[in-house]
Amino acid sequence: MRYGSAPRLKKDLVTLGIVSVAYLAVSAFVTNSYYQLILTLVPIWALFGVSWNILSGYGGQLSFGHASFFGIGAYVVTLALVYWDLTPWLGIPLGMIVAGCAALLIGIPTFRLKGHYFALSMLAYPLAILYFLQYLGFQEMSLPMHRDNPAAYLEFTNPHYYTLVAVLLLIAGVFVSMLVENSRFGLALLAIRQNELAAEAAGINALLWKMRALVVSGMLAAAAGGFYACVLLVVTPDSVFGMLVSAQAVVVTLFGGVASVWGPVIGAAILVPLAESLNAELGNILPGIQGVVYGVAIIGIMLASPDGLFWTIRDRFFIPKAPAPLPVSLGANAPTVKQPAAAGSLLMKVENLSRSFGGLRAVSGVSFEVFAGEILGIIGPNGAGKTTLFNLLNGVLGADEGSAILGGESMIGPKVHTVARMGVGRTFQVVRSFPRLPLLDNVIVGAYGAGFADAAAIASAAHALDRVGLAAQAGVPAGQLTNKQLRLMELARALAGAPRLLLLDETLAGLGRDECDDVLDVLLRLRGEGMTVVIIEHTMHAMMRIADRFVVLDHGRVLASGLPRTVVEDRSVIEAYLGKKWAAKQDA
Amino acid sequence: MDLEVLIENVLNALAAGITIGCIYGLMCIGLGLIFGIMRIVNFAQGELLMLGMFSSLYLVTGGGVLAFLGPYIGPFVGALLAGPIVFAGGCLLHKFLIARVSGLRTTGSLDEGHFGQLIVTLGISLILQNGGLILFGSSPMTVRTPLASSAILVGPIYGDATVFLNKARLIAAAVAIVVAVSLYLVLEYTRLGKALRAASDNPTAATYMGIDTDKAYRIAFGLGAGITAIAGGLMATYLSFGPFIGLDYVIIMYSGVVLGGMGSILGAFWGGLTVGFVQQCSALVLPPQLQNAAIFVVFLLIVLLRPQGLFGRSAERA
Repeated sequence: MRYGSAPRLKKDLVTLGIVSVAYLAVSAFVTNSYYQLILTLVPIWALFGVSWNILSGYGGQLSFGHASFFGIGAYVVTLALVYWDLTPWLGIPLGMIVAGCAALLIGIPTFRLKGHYFALSMLAYPLAILYFLQYLGFQEMSLPMHRDNPAAYLEFTNPHYYTLVAVLLLIAGVFVSMLVENSRFGLALLAIRQNELAAEAAGINALLWKMRALVVSGMLAAAAGGFYACVLLVVTPDSVFGMLVSAQAVVVTLFGGVASVWGPVIGAAILVPLAESLNAELGNILPGIQGVVYGVAIIGIMLASPDGLFWTIRDRFFIPKAPAPLPVSLGANAPTVKQPAAAGSLLMKVENLSRSFGGLRAVSGVSFEVFAGEILGIIGPNGAGKTTLFNLLNGVLGADEGSAILGGESMIGPKVHTVARMGVGRTFQVVRSFPRLPLLDNVIVGAYGAGFADAAAIASAAHALDRVGLAAQAGVPAGQLTNKQLRLMELARALAGAPRLLLLDETLAGLGRDECDDVLDVLLRLRGEGMTVVIIEHTMHAMMRIADRFVVLDHGRVLASGLPRTVVEDRSVIEAYLGKKWAAKQDA
Repeated sequence: MDLEVLIENVLNALAAGITIGCIYGLMCIGLGLIFGIMRIVNFAQGELLMLGMFSSLYLVTGGGVLAFLGPYIGPFVGALLAGPIVFAGGCLLHKFLIARVSGLRTTGSLDEGHFGQLIVTLGISLILQNGGLILFGSSPMTVRTPLASSAILVGPIYGDATVFLNKARLIAAAVAIVVAVSLYLVLEYTRLGKALRAASDNPTAATYMGIDTDKAYRIAFGLGAGITAIAGGLMATYLSFGPFIGLDYVIIMYSGVVLGGMGSILGAFWGGLTVGFVQQCSALVLPPQLQNAAIFVVFLLIVLLRPQGLFGRSAERA
């Protein structure tokens, strides 16, 4: 469980229980069979929205084609019933399994894509399946009736039972969604959505979590689709794989509130009855009127409350309480580095590391060593290859040749999150925060990334915040922090994984002199505690103050290395920084 | 199969592929401006195509103001005039709706505002489709021209193998090429074009350079809408259509744009051409129901193997 999620989960479960009972009670009084059908469709579409929300809402992996899974559920139930006489009670779970496998098959290639490309590719899958089913001749399938023992085949003469099953399915789906939201699963997804590279650098295996999200999401969608087929008793490729089906999931969720458990439920509860009753009342006179009203409604809500109804209502009427300060004892049992290297021993050895972009040798034959407990400053003019060097060291980029060994393990080859798990913390030139998450959660991401269990992760994050002096701000969303606090937050996130080595990329950039000194104090304190730091920095006076040794890069090569004094007096270094003319003038 | 028949089928598929491909190319340029360059996810692009078809229909047939042009010239003039009409509509759409969820307002925000764009354009798409159903009815329409049922014969090339070039499609393809080239010249060489590209590419920097980005966006979006509408008008001469036709083409447009490489107008044209070509040629080997599935499979393959597009320069960096 995430920090502070137990009370929220409890409250949400109580709400879920009350709402479900109330809904079923109301539906018991509805006798009109058409309205009863609408009452059954609301939970189905809500469940479909819940499933989409897990992947696209929390995880930010926008899927335009969730109908793939909905349709698979519907068709598996139908085909199994028609050809194998398999009851939908088993057909729905079977559909969920098939959809889960389909999610794996779809995810493996498609998650190589990001952003727009991912969203569009997802759109293509259901349409390809749709045309294929048409080709196979599964144009319009009816589910055969079973007069003898209808209940065994999920058929009811009393429509209230359909509503009951739909609500039970939705409860299960919402419960799964709550578990996701309140666990490291949800935090990993939120982090990935807000900044995938930062999440990876903190040790989160983005691909794995996205894949899990897709599988869970696909299975829930298939359950919704399978039961939809049982309710309507007829499926066509268009009615379950069509673009409007995918749109339904997107619309109910975005309307109700994205990345919230209740969003899809609220959205479906408002939009489905609206669209259906408009269709029933006015469909004969003005065909398509429900589409127009639907369109106007979602545009209106989007412009009025871009994150959906849930968040707007919450922000307007429920002012969040000021976050309580963290209990002092929280950080007491923070996990520490497993085998700390003895001070002064060799921690990392970089040899002949090279990387080219086309004809540009960004990093070329770079070798240096890092000893435990020291602060190594990497300096050099703009474009010297400093950030590229870091990107090679923590796996963002692959190296053309050369090696980097950290305590016996190679850092070249493994992916970003694996390098992070080896005990390498990294911060970025441009702060990569998760702006909507509170500071503590921002930092916990780093602790989860290191593979700590819940309690240890919370303790580690609290301890890290304490070390950088941000304990008082633990509950503040990262979006509200000052630049200095953000820099320290990134540092804390790196520390929360109990790293052996910190790679800090221009941690002082954009800070005023006083702020700079505060951060430097933190770094010096960390060195005092035995932390090893490699830092890229431009501000010479700051580097002279804290660095034990320098490595100077220029045009991708190591120009000089050694003690700060000797390096800054090195003629080639002065030339690189200030130009040959300046050096000649100094000599004269 | 008889060799002559085979050759005839292949040649005709190639000819149809190229002519239809040119029209698809123009259609894709419209989306290329909006999605490829401005990075706005526009779900309603297919409906803009549909509006182009109906604009042309109401201009040149029945009691339309251009009905006097007759069935030979009229449909093509109508297609061209659909451009400015939908351009104006596109500018209005952008001013009142799209601008609120795109551009400077969402630069750097979470998900770059894609959720918002998605839902607003989805809403527009629903309104236009269903509004179209109310206004235009559901019976299939076509902008009749006798040219659609006559062909230029080339050959016989091999034995009796003859290539039939449908006149309506041929003229439509020629018009499409002329429009595409003119647009390219305007964007590449005029002050307006440079401003549009700059504003779309990097709104912040363009604002600092003194470009009125709001206006530039509006015009760029309008142009994207108008260009697709012209393609729609051209397609209306050989195709029957209804208010929901946009759904069939929106994925084709996205395929073309992604295929051609995001951010390149010429690329979008080549991408569209390729998609049209593949679609027509797949008719040789695949049953009709699978032709559309073939497009999606090709689309997926290309996106997965070369996400920067066939003609794109490089993939986006992480």
